[in-house]
Parts: sequence; structure tokens; C-alpha cells
Amino acid sequence: MELEVKSVAPPTTFRLMNLQKKMRFKEQAIEGVLFLVGVLTIFITLSIVFVLGNEALLFFEDPEVTLAEFLGSTKWAPAIGEFGIWALVSATLTTSVIALAVAVPLGLSAAIYLSEYASLRVRSILKPILEILAGIPTVVYGYFALMFVTPLLRSVVGNQIGVYNMLSAGLVMGIMILPLMSSMSEDALNAVPNSLREAAYALGSTRFEAALQVVVPAAFSGIGAAIIVGVSRAVGETMIVAIASGATSKFTFNPLEAAETMTAHIARISGGDLSYNSIDYNSLFAIALMLFLVTLVLNLLSQWIVKRFREQYE
Amino acid sequence: MFVSLREKEESTTSTQAAQPTQEYAIETRNLNIYYGDFLAVQDVNLQIQKQKITAIIGPSGCGKSTLLRAFNRMNDFVNGARVEGEVLMHGVNLYGKDIDPVEVRRRIGMVFQKPNPFPKSIYENIAWGARINGYKGNMDDLVEQALRAAALWNEVKDKLKRNAYELSGGQQQRLCIARAIAVRPEIILMDEPASSLDPISTLRIEELMQELKKNYTIIIVTHNMQQAARVSDYTAMMMLDSETRAGTVIEFNDTKTIFTRPRDKRTEDYVTGRFG
Amino acid sequence: MYHYVYPEETELQRFIQARYRKAWIWQNLFLLSLLIAVISLTALLLDIIDGSFGYIAYEFKKDPLTISEKPIEQFTKEELIQVLQANLSRGALNKLNSEMPLEQRSEADLYSLVLERIIQIDTKQTYSLFESLFRRAEIEAEVAEKYPNARLEFRYWLQPEFIVSPQSSKAEFAGVRTAIFGSLWVVLIAMILSMPVGVGAAIYLQEYAQKNFINSVIQTNINNLAGVPSIVYGMLGLAIFVRAFEPLTSGAVFGITDTNGRTILSAGLTMGILVLPLVIINAQEAIKAVPDSIRQAAYGVGATKWQTIWSHVLPNALPGILTGNILAMSRAMGETAPLIIVGASTFISQDPSGPFSKFTALPIQIYQWTSRAQSEFHNIAAAAIVVLLVLLLLLNTTAILLRNRFQRRF
Repeated sequence: MELEVKSVAPPTTFRLMNLQKKMRFKEQAIEGVLFLVGVLTIFITLSIVFVLGNEALLFFEDPEVTLAEFLGSTKWAPAIGEFGIWALVSATLTTSVIALAVAVPLGLSAAIYLSEYASLRVRSILKPILEILAGIPTVVYGYFALMFVTPLLRSVVGNQIGVYNMLSAGLVMGIMILPLMSSMSEDALNAVPNSLREAAYALGSTRFEAALQVVVPAAFSGIGAAIIVGVSRAVGETMIVAIASGATSKFTFNPLEAAETMTAHIARISGGDLSYNSIDYNSLFAIALMLFLVTLVLNLLSQWIVKRFREQYE
Repeated sequence: MFVSLREKEESTTSTQAAQPTQEYAIETRNLNIYYGDFLAVQDVNLQIQKQKITAIIGPSGCGKSTLLRAFNRMNDFVNGARVEGEVLMHGVNLYGKDIDPVEVRRRIGMVFQKPNPFPKSIYENIAWGARINGYKGNMDDLVEQALRAAALWNEVKDKLKRNAYELSGGQQQRLCIARAIAVRPEIILMDEPASSLDPISTLRIEELMQELKKNYTIIIVTHNMQQAARVSDYTAMMMLDSETRAGTVIEFNDTKTIFTRPRDKRTEDYVTGRFG
Repeated sequence: MYHYVYPEETELQRFIQARYRKAWIWQNLFLLSLLIAVISLTALLLDIIDGSFGYIAYEFKKDPLTISEKPIEQFTKEELIQVLQANLSRGALNKLNSEMPLEQRSEADLYSLVLERIIQIDTKQTYSLFESLFRRAEIEAEVAEKYPNARLEFRYWLQPEFIVSPQSSKAEFAGVRTAIFGSLWVVLIAMILSMPVGVGAAIYLQEYAQKNFINSVIQTNINNLAGVPSIVYGMLGLAIFVRAFEPLTSGAVFGITDTNGRTILSAGLTMGILVLPLVIINAQEAIKAVPDSIRQAAYGVGATKWQTIWSHVLPNALPGILTGNILAMSRAMGETAPLIIVGASTFISQDPSGPFSKFTALPIQIYQWTSRAQSEFHNIAAAAIVVLLVLLLLLNTTAILLRNRFQRRF
């Protein structure tokens, strides 16, 4: 017994202590490596900008192309040297607007129900369903749009809807974005402190009045951020539109028509036989650069909003 | 569908003699409050006097806030919370089957521990409660009157459109009081309304309470004994029951008696600071 | 006393009731949104099941009776080889033999070769499951009228055969084995790249990074990368891995000469970069969830920073990190657009043999088959979707089990 106590007792004779800072090479090497790994992620962004920018530059240097034509014309026909991005942008806009018209109201309503009404039991059933929807690959949504939604629309509206149309692609894209919209909005609603709900209830409000007139406005910026991310997702979505909205570039905002979005065009052309350094090849990078810049701005904006919003209640 | 509290009041006025409960603002009978299977508050029998300030004091965790929130059914929002016994207002049991909790809260307002203004303008903070409750008069007048009643008007009259979050903590809390009285409740519940405020703001809230009691019945939860002694007319002392570990009222009397000649040894220990 | 004008008594009751009615309607509208999501999911799943089974009306290009009176189902292996040798051109035979000598092939393989190459099924029309179940009589009448020589048969497009067969240009004989191997290879390479890099970056950001400009740029940048459209990653992969690094990704530096840069390696690296932000963000969450008290306890006994991280933070964060990695894997498995751009192969029927093989993958197959006009390809697209969804389900179940098994103990 006595021995054991002795072994953990402090030393009886103290040496001179050296508390000077020591160089720990291994520690510093590890930190250095981890830092480099972190910095590597910046290089990914830089290389995206460099690669897309470089090839896009080649595209604009081509005598056949002018920036004015690219940003001003509504005709996209590489075969005859027409490069008006609006022919593709129009379809991207149309499908995105339809998708958001579905995803924003449905996603927000779903979020309000889950955060303000649902009992734990109901939540534990409904929430996983949204998560499953979020986990389904977009190519599967594309199949669903072409094989189910389009025939359904055609049987309801009639044959003025083509086999390929932007309406079907947009609707299905909306369903695809719904879970994202709902889970981001729910986070925003949950971040609203309970004291605000209590204040509303104590004034004699119903649950609905508290939810829609107090909680939703208080979560407004978070919901705004969710909508922006939804826009960015819709603009960048490829497979659904590549499969369901058609393969002809056409300047139109009519959802019943077929038209090719920016993403679908890239997928179709690059999926075929494409010779490097041709103007077709370079033009794809110009489109991709535009996509990247648009989504980058949207994502930065949404992050900035979320960050400001988080500070509001802290 | 549900019993209007008003209607009942009038019917009871006519038969005053037979309804001794009428003289109280609120009365509880054998009130037990559970969270699931856990008994949080046990066997509370209180008669709260009209237009007086009643303080509920006691050590932390003894169920003061739970009891307070039972008066306007705020515990309805807590999962698994349930109530046995009666909370009577004008002789009507607030937990009766046909009672509408929204109307209960419209008549029994509440001010919370931390100021919780809505993230809206000062004006809108007051107007919102009035609007959802169907207020039909002049909104500008109502806002001004409520802010005057809460002794805030002079400080904010030039910035009614500014966000309420720009106010100081003490001002925010007075705004919350103004918001509560704008819907014209009969009773105002206050859950440690000054606990997050500095001494000067606290003093102003206490002065305000003396002013408000001319029109309203006030029930305040506080763990600050001096505050209870300063502001309240009656005091209920709560303590955990040594057997059931549930909070219960061990002594209820006028404040002077509680603080000078308590009947219960535990109350004496607590108010003189000898407790645990 | 102030002047207040609030509804009272019966007016108040009516007023509150009207508010409740409104609240009730809205609450049901909110619930309806969720129901729409549920209905969409149900419709999607049913639609896929619907396409995976059903009647097929087909004719034989060459009547089996002209080969032999004995039904070919009963042919022995030798007889099947004889039939093949008798009916195929020398070139075709040599090609088959170079892939695998006829004698070494299984009987089932030979049987389908005979069907595919000699008898040649010619599909006239296919029907979905629900049509087949509920409109059987109409289908029979229609087939009898339009294709008098056709046989009508109930076909399970999704069958064991479909999973083990290689890719084929004929929908009736096509399978997803090639595509499954391709997908597994791509996911494997993606994870080899993104797991160490991603977890390392997460450790740096959570444990080392001070609040300064460069670190906030790194963090913002990672959040942004997570939102970059996948097709942009595809373009990045095309320009860098397929073209710029072609000697490496095609395996030319290792002496492999028969491919260009459109290999499994390029696709895997592209996919690895795509899921990297996801891996980092998930790992950061897992590391964040380890309470500070554990770190302080380790420092308190004199551990260095790395000792603390290695022996206390990482072991506690590991289940969360693994869960995040599995979710990233399932993202990599379902992602399509970058593979189309990097891979761009139209027809691959040979199993990939390594990182320098050309490849196809499940989502690519689904996309290509869905884009075909003939309905039998839509059927195998549906069957391939079932395979893909089952694989994803397996991955996600693993993630959930892992999460539950190592439920947070603090």
C-alpha cells in the first residue's frame, strides 16, 4: 500500500525546471500538412476559374464570335456560327421559374408544418420521406419527368404539349428542390427563438397567426437564403432538363415547348463526339463559366444572408 | 362552442352572494401540474386578489414559473404537460372542456423573463397583438396610450418606426409590458420581469407595476426577496415537498406578514437568507 | 381609463371562431404540401416499378424451327456451339473467341448468344406492369391485330440475369454488370482522393485554424464549392484530367496505349473533387460535436495538440466522419452529368480492368437508355434505376446503422 502511494507522489527532490518553449517538429509538420490540404481547396476554385476562363477566352478570341453577339443575340446555332446565349438562357430561366414556383411555396409550407405543427411522431415519419426525395439521383428524376409527368400532362392538357417540354422538366425540378428548400427553411424557422412564439401566444394569437405573422417574418432572411440556394440549384441542374426538356436550342419562354438549357446543351454536346480546340468545344466552357459565375454570386449572397441572420438572435 | 368568460362574469355578478369566488381575480383549487409522469407542482390552492400585486417566491426549480404559466395555459405548448384540479377566473375553470386557450391568453397577458419584442418596429410590436384580436379603434391612439401606460412614450415617441431591437433591455421590457396591456387583459403575469435588467431599469419596472395595479391584477414570479417585499401586496412562498419532490405553496399571506411573522419555519429561513 | 374597442361576448366568439377556421384551412394547406411530396415520391417509385416488368410482344428474325426441330431451350452446350459456328461469319466468330473461347463459355452465355446473334429477337412493343395487369385482354387483342406473328410474353426486365450480364446493344440482352463495376471503381477512386484530403482539411479548419483572413477564405470557399453545379466539375475534369493530364490518366506513362484520357481514373478524380466539399463539411460537423471538455482533459494531462486530436478528438468523431463519407459516396454514385462529360463513351461492354479502363456507369446507362426512342430501352432504364436505388439504399442504411450504433455518448 505504502509503495503505491509513493510511486505517484511528487518527486521529493526537484531538479531545475526548463519550461522554455520546445520546438516540436512533428507537431509543426502535421499542422503544416493540414494547412496545405485546406489551402488545396482554394486551388480547386482557382483552377475552375482558370480552366473555364482560359477556354472561354479562346472562344471569344475566335473571329466568328463577338461578346456583343454572345450576350445580345437570341440564336444559338454553332453549325452556322451563331452564338447567342439567350437561346439557352431563356430555357434555363423558364425551367428555373417553374421549378421555384413549385419548390418555394411547397417547401416553405412543408417547413412551417414540420417546425410549427408536427408532433414528434408525425415528424419522424415525414422528415425521412423528404430526405429520401433529396437523396434520389437527378437522372432518376429525369426518367420520372419523361416517362410519367410528361404523359400525364399530355393526357390532361392535350397534345399541344410536346414529348419534350420545359413544363414537365420544371415541375419535376421543383419536386427535386423541394426537400432542400424545406430543410433550409426549417432551419431558419427553428432558429427563431421560442420566446417570440410565446410572446405571440400570450397576446392571444392562434398557432397559425404566430407562425405566419411572427415566426416566418422573423426567419425571413433565412428563408430568403434558402430561395437563393434553390435558384442556384435550379440553374445548375442538368440531368432532368437534359432528358425531359428537349435538345433544340430555341429562344422561347413558352413552357409547353421544347428548348435546351445551358446545362443540357453542355451535357449533350460534350457527351457526343467532340473534337478538342474546336469552337464548339470552347463555347461549352464559355457557357460553363457563365453558370459558375451566376451560381457563385448566388451562393455567396445566400451565405452572407445566413451569416447575418445567425448573428441577429445571438 | 365555448363559454365566454365575459358572459359568465355577468351572470355571476347577479348572484354575487352565492359565488364567493367572484371577489378573486384568479383562484386555484387542488392544482397539480405534471410533465409526463413527473409531478412538478402539487396541490396549489391560491386566491389572487383583484388589482393587487401577488408575488410568488421560492428557491429555483420549485415550480414558480410552471405555476405562473398554468394561469394562462402557456404550458399547453410544452409536450406532455398536463394539469389536474381547477384554475378559476370569474368562477369559470380555465381548464374546462369548452374553454378556448386563445381567449384565456387574450384576457391574461404575460411578460417574460427576458424581453422578447418581435423583430418589428416599436409601433408594430404593439399594434400586432391588437390587430389579431380584432381591435377596431384608432391604432395610433392605442399605441400611444399603451406606451404612456408603460412609461415609455416620452423615450420612443420620435422613433416609433424604428426596430424594437434598437431599444435598451429595460426599454424592451417596458415595450413588452405595453404590448401586453394594449390587448386589455384583466390580469398580467410577470415571470421574473427584471431578472435580466440593471438596477435602474429594475426600479423603473417596479414603479410601473405600482402604477399598473390601479387597473390590473398582477402576479409576479421573482427570486429576489427584496423585490417581492418592495412591490407586492401578497406573497406565496413555494418550496419542494420533502417527500414528493414536487413544488408546492407552503405559505400564502399578505407580504408584510410573510416577511415579518412567517408561520412556517422554512419560509422564515428562506426570507432571512438562512435557507440551504 | 383608456378607450379600447375590442370585440366582446358573442362578437368575440364569432371572431375567434373565424380565426380558427382560417387557421384550420392554412394548417391543412401546409400539410398538403408535405402530402404532395409524399405523393410525388410514391408516383416516382411506382413509375419505376411499372417500367421494370410487363408484357413484351416480339418476333424472331429467324424462326428457331429452321435451325432444328428440337426447341433450342433443350440444346446441349455442344449443339449450341455448332449452331453458332454454322450461322455466324468467320469474323464474328473470331471476335467472340478472342473475348473468350466458345468452349469456355457457360451454357447460359451460349444460349443467349444464339438468341442474340442468330435467332434475333425483334421487339415490336413493350407494355408497363400496370397495363399488363389490368388491360391484358386489350393488349392481347392489339398484338394479335398489329403483329400477327408476334409472341406475347410477360417479361421481368429486372431479373438476376440483368444484373450479371454485360452491356449489350440489344435491350433484351443488356445488363448492368459493366456499369456496376464502372460505378464502383469511380466511387472507390473518388473516396481515395476525397477522404484523406477532406478529413485533413476538416481537422485543420476545426482544430487549428485561427480566425484570420486566409482561414475565413478557405471556409467560405468550401461552402461555395459545395454549391457549384456538378456539370461545372465535369468541365473541370474534362479540361484537366482528360486533356491536360492525359498521359497520366490514360496510363500512357505506365505503358498502356489503347486508351485516351477518358478513363475511370479521370472520372474518379473528377468525382472526388466534386464530393470533397461535402466530405469536409460533414467531417467538420462531426468534429464540432466532440465536446471541448474532452480536449481540455487531454491538455490537462500534458498532451500536445496533435496527441489530443489523434487520441481523443478523432476517435470520438469517427462514426460521424464515416457517416458523412458514406453519404458522400452515395452522392458520387448517383451523380451523372460530370460522368457524361468526362466519360462520354457510348458503348462499353467489357468490364473495367483497372483505373485506366474506359468505363460506363449506372447513371450513364440510365441516361442513355432513357434517351433512346424504343420502349424496351425505357424498360431496362427502369430496371437499372431499381439497381441504382437499391445500391444507394444499402449505402444509406449502412450510414444510419453506423450512426445509431455509435450514438453520441456525451
